[in-house]
Amino acid sequence: MRTPISTAVAILVGLLILLGYFIPLEPLLSLRVMLLQWAVILAAFALLVGVVNLFRVHWIKVKTGQPAGFYSFVLIVALGLTLAIVGYYGPTSAPSVWIFSYIQVPVESSLMALLTIVLAYAGVRLLHRRLNALSIVFLLTVLVVLLGTAPLLFIGEAPVLNLIRDLIVQIPAVAGARGLLLGIALGAIATGLRILMGADRPYGG
Amino acid sequence: MNLAGIFGLAFVILFFGLMIILAAAGRNRPGRQLREIPAFARLRRAVGLAVEAGTRLHVSVGRGALTGLQSAAAFMGLSMLSRIARAASISDRPPIATSGDGSLSILSQDTLRGAYQTLGAEGQYDFSSGQLAGLTPFSYAVGTIPIIHDEQISANVLIGHFGSEVALINDAAEQSGSLTVAGTDNLPGQAVLYATAQEPLIGEEVFAGGAYLGAGLIHEASLRAQDLLRMLLVIFIITAALLRLFGLDSLILDLLAGFLP
Repeated sequence: MRTPISTAVAILVGLLILLGYFIPLEPLLSLRVMLLQWAVILAAFALLVGVVNLFRVHWIKVKTGQPAGFYSFVLIVALGLTLAIVGYYGPTSAPSVWIFSYIQVPVESSLMALLTIVLAYAGVRLLHRRLNALSIVFLLTVLVVLLGTAPLLFIGEAPVLNLIRDLIVQIPAVAGARGLLLGIALGAIATGLRILMGADRPYGG
Repeated sequence: MNLAGIFGLAFVILFFGLMIILAAAGRNRPGRQLREIPAFARLRRAVGLAVEAGTRLHVSVGRGALTGLQSAAAFMGLSMLSRIARAASISDRPPIATSGDGSLSILSQDTLRGAYQTLGAEGQYDFSSGQLAGLTPFSYAVGTIPIIHDEQISANVLIGHFGSEVALINDAAEQSGSLTVAGTDNLPGQAVLYATAQEPLIGEEVFAGGAYLGAGLIHEASLRAQDLLRMLLVIFIITAALLRLFGLDSLILDLLAGFLP
């Protein structure tokens, strides 16, 4: 019985939310807001379950002595310490903010810096992997927009490059982005409708 | 109801109707070909090779929250996960799923469990095959990288909501010599994927996976409905631009407003 009940509940809730979005009737609107609030509360619980899953996966790695077990051990210790400190002092306390400002932000900033190198290298590798007209146009556009955005060494700003960059950003980039967004929006509607029809059931139904 | 609401609801009903009609038409005339998307052809081969070689497939469903706009891409990722889990169920090493959101992590575990239950292979399911890799964009990327390196992954399927951090995942896949098929609903993410993924999925191709992996008639019908409605929207946009050019847009809007209650 689990399948038809969960499918029926999912379809009914989906339809109510959809109708509440288009038809401005007070009962539908209130129902929509209430169901979305429930979803947000459930998502918060799901986050806790996810963290427990993260802990279990890494605990098994430590217990079974897997090659990267040491990193899993560091993760478990860091998770425990953060939970203890934030739980004891509160999320806006000085120790919690210290953890965020002096551990998480620097680590994520370093990864952002690493990302720039990875992207530059990927640009070069793109020509090796997929040498075609589109890849060349892609890389030339990246180059022109980058040079037109950042001040150049010994030259400063190059007005011609700025002009070309503005032209690219304001006309072909916007047109292309709208085309892509149109396709994504249609795909999203199709996915939503398949779920409403019960053809896709990503909820264990 | 305002004009945008009426048009929106009419569009959704039209989309729904087209999907039903095209699914019925597809049932009567099977075997109609879809246009070739190289990424899906390579993915089908990679699934077969992974089963033969005893390597693992990795599906990442991104970090889109289910209560937000990115949920459609996340659901598409789950749909792909289900198809891949079924196709690779006879493998010694079942697929592994990663995500960057708590709800998605639960749903990916549930999707894997459901796929194995359908095939009567519940023993294949292991809770660690659906993992939460991290909760911020970079922690998610960094949490996914060890899985690519340590789990003998031969192909990575990244479908969901990703930002530019996906480049780190693709770089790890490239270094480990595994295939990457990747698509996202995020525009900057798509640009990054074009440069870093071996087989990027651009635009609506992200949502076409089900149809190309044989998920059923309704997936193919929804793809054909998308194509038809895209043409309709293009005609609508060009007509609206021409009406605006000739100064007739306000007249049409006044006429339409006259029909509203």
